[in-house]
Amino acid sequence: MRLTGARILMECLRAEGVDVFFGYPGGVVLPLYNTLGEYPDIKHVLVRHEQAAAHAADGYARVAGRTGVCLATSGPGATNLVTGITTAYMDSVPMVVLTGNVARDLIGRDGFQEADITGITLPITKHNYLLMRASEIAPAVKEAFHIASTGRKGPVLVDIPKDVFVEEAEWDGYPQGVSLRGYPIMDVPREDEVDHAAATINAASKPIIIAGHGVVQSEAQDELIQFAERADSPVLTTLLGISGMPEDHELSYGFLGMHGHYYANMAADQADVVIGIGMRFDDRAMGRFSDFNPSAKIVHIDIDPAEIGKNFVTHAPVNGDVKETLSRLLPQIEQQSHPEWRGEIDQIMADHPTDYIEEGTGLGGPWLVKALAESTQGQATIVTGVGQHQMWGAQYYPYTRARQWVTSGGLGTMGYEVPAAMGAQFAQQEPIWSICGDGGFQMTSQELQTVADHNLPVRFAIFNNGFLGMVRQWQELFYEHNYHSVDLGQPDFVKLAEAYGVRGIRATTRAEAMQVFREIEHYDGPVVIDFQLEREENVWPMVPAGAALSETIESAEEV
Amino acid sequence: MASRNTIVAHVEDRPGVLARVASLFRRRGFNIESLTVGHCEEPGLSRMTIVVDGDDHQVDQVCRQLFKLIDVVSVEDITYTPMVDRELALIKVSASNFNRREVLDVVEVFRADVVDVHADALIVQVLGDEGKVSAAEKMFEQFGILEMVRTGRVAMRRGPETTKPPAISDSQQAAAAIRAMLGRRPEGALPFASD
Repeated sequence: MRLTGARILMECLRAEGVDVFFGYPGGVVLPLYNTLGEYPDIKHVLVRHEQAAAHAADGYARVAGRTGVCLATSGPGATNLVTGITTAYMDSVPMVVLTGNVARDLIGRDGFQEADITGITLPITKHNYLLMRASEIAPAVKEAFHIASTGRKGPVLVDIPKDVFVEEAEWDGYPQGVSLRGYPIMDVPREDEVDHAAATINAASKPIIIAGHGVVQSEAQDELIQFAERADSPVLTTLLGISGMPEDHELSYGFLGMHGHYYANMAADQADVVIGIGMRFDDRAMGRFSDFNPSAKIVHIDIDPAEIGKNFVTHAPVNGDVKETLSRLLPQIEQQSHPEWRGEIDQIMADHPTDYIEEGTGLGGPWLVKALAESTQGQATIVTGVGQHQMWGAQYYPYTRARQWVTSGGLGTMGYEVPAAMGAQFAQQEPIWSICGDGGFQMTSQELQTVADHNLPVRFAIFNNGFLGMVRQWQELFYEHNYHSVDLGQPDFVKLAEAYGVRGIRATTRAEAMQVFREIEHYDGPVVIDFQLEREENVWPMVPAGAALSETIESAEEV
Repeated sequence: MASRNTIVAHVEDRPGVLARVASLFRRRGFNIESLTVGHCEEPGLSRMTIVVDGDDHQVDQVCRQLFKLIDVVSVEDITYTPMVDRELALIKVSASNFNRREVLDVVEVFRADVVDVHADALIVQVLGDEGKVSAAEKMFEQFGILEMVRTGRVAMRRGPETTKPPAISDSQQAAAAIRAMLGRRPEGALPFASD
């Protein structure tokens, strides 16, 4: 059967089981949009800016555990995706990005709305394709989904010129497999590496596990729990590893890093064996590299061989999929018992709890997250932007279910919270809670229209302190209170919501906040809540930039 | 010696592969001394010889990052392997009736070839390892080098051992082969173990 390139692409998406994708039309993708009506099972969500399409696909992918798909036209449409692609790349989120390009004979001749998007995205995609024939579409899309969703996951871009959408090619079904010689699946670890890691862990007296996004990505929560219990090792997570370890487990000690828990940072610093699982020893997590626990032996399990040894000298590297590796490691771990070591950390936790909730009736970040946790029984899926509200969201909500926590960790993309929550809402029925900054919300608030179009029950909780709070905190602590460009003018968020036909509510006191939580509990549409916070609250504890984890501070007096 | 690091990579012969490799080196801040690319024994693949500046750890990172590129089929650091390495240089030397004989003497010493003659200049082709080419270059400087081009290093392991990409079919075997290559010294020792 001969089909146009556009139809072949849609047949491929159908064969991949894609049920929703996020896009924005334009000149060169018109042949594709011309066929969308024939594929009603593949829902196209029209966003209001291409950046939102990429973030929405990302949010969808993180919550659904499946590959997200987005689409944009050539030139500015494609370049608007760049922030979203980079966000997904930094956090290893599986995504297939489709772009149109100018007709083949115009490529390289600066045609109208031409951008070299494959060139632009070289360093921010796992792989990308520029397809010059309709017959290349099916194999390339098959490869794109395969590459995006295996190994260390990530975004793959497929760029298709306008006339390739129109060209016909033979369609004899979706390709069954791929032949990628330079991309072997590396899930199964080497035996000698597993043996070496097991011996190191068995010899530990103060082990600590640092679980990263890889645990969530490879769905290895159960394996992690079993492994931690067998090794009797406390478990920390990275920022992105949050929800990979249920926080109500007795071995869970929260997350570490710049705004991690004091006791988590100390535990990482005092352990004799640090077991990194599906994480990449990032600077925000580890503090100053040269002074991170110099005497510890490091065991590093990761699917990406290039992460091993990148930032730290690794004593026992294991290259393999987290789930696969842990299940092979487990039988080799002798049942351990480290009550003294856990007692040490428990003592630090008792002396330095993360409990910065102030007395009073006004709204503070920590109080508000705790109140949200109570009103949602700790079961909500939380999406955040970047800044103070993100850190409070990480610190005070008790995550127990994998994929319950969605945040831009690596790139730290403000404005992520609105479109990512929107995309995530397509992956589940229960309302998504988007913890927004008042700065980030203003970056992408145009997507309220998309949310309204689809009557998505997202709750946008704006943590509104009228400041770019985290930047303000740094100016206060490290730039002698010299506030510049952080005092943020803003619209009336309630009226803004209403202008989009979205319910808007304001809360300025704790009593009002509790009232709001009750009021919207059974509301099935979108809500924007303008929580007016105390203006100059800081996030504690903190590892100042360039400091070591052992130098974590708990108040401004220690700066 | 820093510039001794020789990496051999096989890459799919596709448009944009060189850009991917170059983008990676730029992005990660790796220092390339030379990069040569050309056909190899297998159609559809190209062979790159990359000379990198850096310590063992950096070179290991280069190999690991390179291998992440989908179009890169194999990567091997052959620095510590017995190998033959060669470079070719074309050197246009100023030479007239007064000193041509002297120039030719130097050509002979280096077993180089004269590949073009003119009343005022010669083009000398020098073939050898980098040390030899550099020595020749230095000797020709006294006559005046008008123009020069060096190809950069190509290298091959000695003996029957080859630097060949793993076969297409078996993904498991390919993974094992790649892991065996990556960052491991010829004895097969793990690179990072401190004990």
